[in-house]
Amino acid sequence: MASIARCLRIARPSVVSAFAQSSVRIARPFSVTANNELRKYTREHEWIELSDDKKTGYVGISSYAAKALGDVVFVELPEEGKEVHAGDALGAVESVKSAADINAPVSCKVIASNLTLEESPSTINKVPEDHSASGGWVAKVQVTDQGIADLEKLMDEEAYKEFTAAEDH
Amino acid sequence: MQSLKSASVTNAVRSAPRISQRSVSRTTRPLSTLNSSAITTTLRPQTSRTVSRNPAIGLSTTLLTSRTQHARHGSSSASSSEALQKTPLYDLHLAHGAQMVPFGGFHMPVQYKGLSVSASHAFTREHSSIFDVSHMVQRIFSGSGAREFLERVTPSDLASLGVHRSTLSVLLKADGSGGIVDDTILTKLAEDKFYVVTNAGCREKDNEYFDQELAKAKASGLEVNQEQLDGWGLVALQGPEAEAVLADALDGNTDLKQLYFGQSVYGKVKLDGGKTSAPLLISRGGYTGEDGFEISIPPSETVEVTEKLLQVGGVEKVQLAGLGARDSLRLEAGMCLYGHDLDETVSPVEAALSWIIPPNRRKADAGYYGAETINSQLTPKSKGGNGVVRRRVGFIVTGAPAREGAEIVAKGDPTTKLGRITSGCPSPSLGKNIAMGYIKDGQHKSGTEVEVLVRGKPRPAVVTKMPFVPSKYYKSA
Repeated sequence: MASIARCLRIARPSVVSAFAQSSVRIARPFSVTANNELRKYTREHEWIELSDDKKTGYVGISSYAAKALGDVVFVELPEEGKEVHAGDALGAVESVKSAADINAPVSCKVIASNLTLEESPSTINKVPEDHSASGGWVAKVQVTDQGIADLEKLMDEEAYKEFTAAEDH
Repeated sequence: MQSLKSASVTNAVRSAPRISQRSVSRTTRPLSTLNSSAITTTLRPQTSRTVSRNPAIGLSTTLLTSRTQHARHGSSSASSSEALQKTPLYDLHLAHGAQMVPFGGFHMPVQYKGLSVSASHAFTREHSSIFDVSHMVQRIFSGSGAREFLERVTPSDLASLGVHRSTLSVLLKADGSGGIVDDTILTKLAEDKFYVVTNAGCREKDNEYFDQELAKAKASGLEVNQEQLDGWGLVALQGPEAEAVLADALDGNTDLKQLYFGQSVYGKVKLDGGKTSAPLLISRGGYTGEDGFEISIPPSETVEVTEKLLQVGGVEKVQLAGLGARDSLRLEAGMCLYGHDLDETVSPVEAALSWIIPPNRRKADAGYYGAETINSQLTPKSKGGNGVVRRRVGFIVTGAPAREGAEIVAKGDPTTKLGRITSGCPSPSLGKNIAMGYIKDGQHKSGTEVEVLVRGKPRPAVVTKMPFVPSKYYKSA
């Protein structure tokens, strides 16, 4: 099935309209903000944030993706215990118009899914990068040794901001 | 990551400048709104062969992701061979913050800033929306042989059809297979004049089809001419407040309360400066299941008339809506989208459109393409006919939304294949997942429990009568 990145490309306007110009661009902050070194992004707009133990973490989709997908009406969550390699489908996020895979950013095992998203899929639109109890995170995972290595290949917050800014052109 | 081409069907056919390709019988109005580039990108209409049938590729290929090139049509990179056409309302869409996508060879709005697809959908059912459908093809067939001509290529009875009355119909394949070339609305304007609207995605295919059929007609002595309303606007105003909005915009000589579903009338819209528009063909009907109107407008007035409707109605009563909402609305109404729910391998009987074939044309020698095949399909096996092997039905799917291409299997037995989904989405009005597809004859009765494979997992589904949302057509008592 299609990745989030692919869905966003298809949804992208053929002419850069006011819609694209206004709602999706992320401004570069003036001052240098402290990077959250533990948060990484994939080119397909998923994020993973490692907890302090460096073993477990949370996975979700980025604000950029959530905005561009539009109203999310359904989220397919992974089952507990599911083991995946980087790039494997964890679940899916669907709007009225389209369905996109949520792919695992790194090799990991699912410890828990965010069941809030079953009743309120729109939580993902409101707080997509929030990994608190009321956030729009998708899954809590345990990262394998391979997963730790996979993290190196991902983008940090700054790099992801540049990546998405480039995507808008 | 999948490449763009793998799951989408992008068949762009580059055609030579339009005028020179047309045969003598067809005249065209000036192309006032086309790009100056004479080369246009058109679509080869999707047939069942070209649709990706891999259930793993569940990406919805509804109106949003149709079969045009997905290359970024950025300003500097677009060569003339990739140029999309613009409807008369292009600038209006941009001014209202539209997100544009390629569809049917045109730049079309999918949604507008500040109004999600779900919100636009709901607004249409509660108030009213204006859809730009100028990308669709409007034609006039006239002449003493026009009726007979159309009765050869469609299964409709146009002799009994009243003046200023319309019917849904299908263009049928000349090979007699019963396959549908395109679906269409036919309107009788006079005994020798018919207004025909067909799909944007089938523009080039239908052009060739009509040219061939007109040549045959001429050879057999029928007097029939085709005129294509190039560059004309077509605007659909749909929803419970549509009548109020349009009535306020018209000049008072047209009583919309006397205009019922399936009927049409010419009316004039009041414009600024005390002017009125040309007489516009207003047809009561549409593609949403709501009460509404489709209004055909000359190129020079399309913007003014549309702006007037928006102004007269006001934002509480009427908003612009795009292809996103258009698709979810028509699916709730159980209406087909050619290229998905209908294609050349499907007959009207399989497509649950037998009702468009009147009793007096249900015979093998009715004289339209495929009459013999269709008649045999209409006759059940018990009565010596063939019946059909599959039927189009509706589904409500539990769990994940089922999208085009998803396989339908027997309940509890994924190895028993029963059919395929051709359209599906989460229904904004119902809060359930609705879908349309073809299922094996015998399994098609409402209430039949089946399963649909979505992302490899079987999801419970039940065959459901359509429309999913009750229609609200304005019909006489």
